[in-house]
Amino acid sequence: MSIDTNTIVAPKGLTALANPTRFLALVKMLVPWLAVITVVLFGIGLWMGFSVADDYQQGRTVRIMFVHVPAVWLAMGAYMTMVSGALGVLVWRHPLADVAARAAAPLGAGFTFLGLVTGSIWGRPMWGTWWVWDARLTSFLVLLIIYLGLMALWNSIEEPAKSARMAAVVVLVGAINIPIIKFSVEWFTTLHQSASVTRLGAPTMSAEFLYPLLIMGLAFLFLFLTLHLMAMRNEILRRQIRSLQRRAAREVLK
Amino acid sequence: MIALLKRDIRLALRSGGGAATALLFYLAVVVAMPFAVGPNQELLSTIGGATLWIGALLAGLLGLERLFQADFDDGSLDQMMMSPVPLAGQVFVKCAAHWLVTGLPLTLVVPVFGIFLGMDSITIQAAMATLLVGTPAISFIGALGAAVTVSLPRGGLLLSVLVLPLCIPILIFGVGAIRAAVTEPDPFLPPFLLVSAISLFFAVLGPLAAAFALRQGMD
Repeated sequence: MSIDTNTIVAPKGLTALANPTRFLALVKMLVPWLAVITVVLFGIGLWMGFSVADDYQQGRTVRIMFVHVPAVWLAMGAYMTMVSGALGVLVWRHPLADVAARAAAPLGAGFTFLGLVTGSIWGRPMWGTWWVWDARLTSFLVLLIIYLGLMALWNSIEEPAKSARMAAVVVLVGAINIPIIKFSVEWFTTLHQSASVTRLGAPTMSAEFLYPLLIMGLAFLFLFLTLHLMAMRNEILRRQIRSLQRRAAREVLK
Repeated sequence: MIALLKRDIRLALRSGGGAATALLFYLAVVVAMPFAVGPNQELLSTIGGATLWIGALLAGLLGLERLFQADFDDGSLDQMMMSPVPLAGQVFVKCAAHWLVTGLPLTLVVPVFGIFLGMDSITIQAAMATLLVGTPAISFIGALGAAVTVSLPRGGLLLSVLVLPLCIPILIFGVGAIRAAVTEPDPFLPPFLLVSAISLFFAVLGPLAAAFALRQGMD
């Protein structure tokens, strides 16, 4: 029986990417470009960041901000990536949604860790202490624990389809923490300063500091995109290897 | 629903059911605390509320692993899923049973433990009040963790790792309320109401998410 190829409608958009081969081809095309953009943005951002004048209060340490703030943005951004991946698993059952969520977890944990470490280094000269148990810092530490717990959950369930759904439920419930982190500096009186970029009206930061910060933010975003696509590719290949191994094992048994 | 509640309570109270073990564990945590910080009466009474909360949290988590485990093993869970009563409702009842045999007894023994820790009567009352409204949240959040880890061979540790971060707000406001009850200018009511609000919030979200996870895990 021959299939009339004209009647098959080519899938479009995200549905088309459900085919791993097509997705891998896209990744192969995109990753070099994204990597180049990342390097260029980091070059510009770091150059601008280091050539900026010292802050009148914070002195030279203000430059930590150019790493700290973007890392924290991406730590939360990676969680939102996981949330959309979780929705993709539970609502649309997109085959790559779990791969996307799973690949974002270690990256998010890395950015969270970077945010905590740079914040701590910044806090030492500014606040006189490495660590305080205030709302922003604590909720951010909780985010790190949630990331690590999710990674453990993903690893402890063997069957991929089941681990995807279980982790998706926990990701969605854990998302409660994100608004708590975002608004902790406004709800509680803490040592951590409140938001000075993403607020209604004009940011309360001089343009001199704002532009390098935004470029560094973009650089981190592209870094995340590059690494995320690469991690997704690794995860897909890992799954293909596993299924090949299973098939090989079954051949031996026959 | 009532039958399920009675059955769960009976199972938990029977020897080896875990309710008594949780209480013993609670006692062990509270007794270990003075050894860890030294028998300084003043210090002990300051951290008394926090000790009681930590003990309650850990003791609550201890029993959670078994929340769906036995039902999963003997197939009652499949029966529950097929019954006309919504699964979330049954999970809610199971959480309530879990709370009645762990959270409630933990609250009731606070006066005895409070004396151990040298707490005065106002602090003890505050601790009892916050534990009474706060411990249900542990059961409800824990139900989600138990549902996710039910089919895993060693889910208990993973359950604690997943559930503890979500329990931290309750701990913060619970201990905050106890502290506010004794220090003069701070009002007791706002943190106390926040604890109640978190409990009510998770009373809705916990069973729904747990029921969903249970259904997803069965196939």
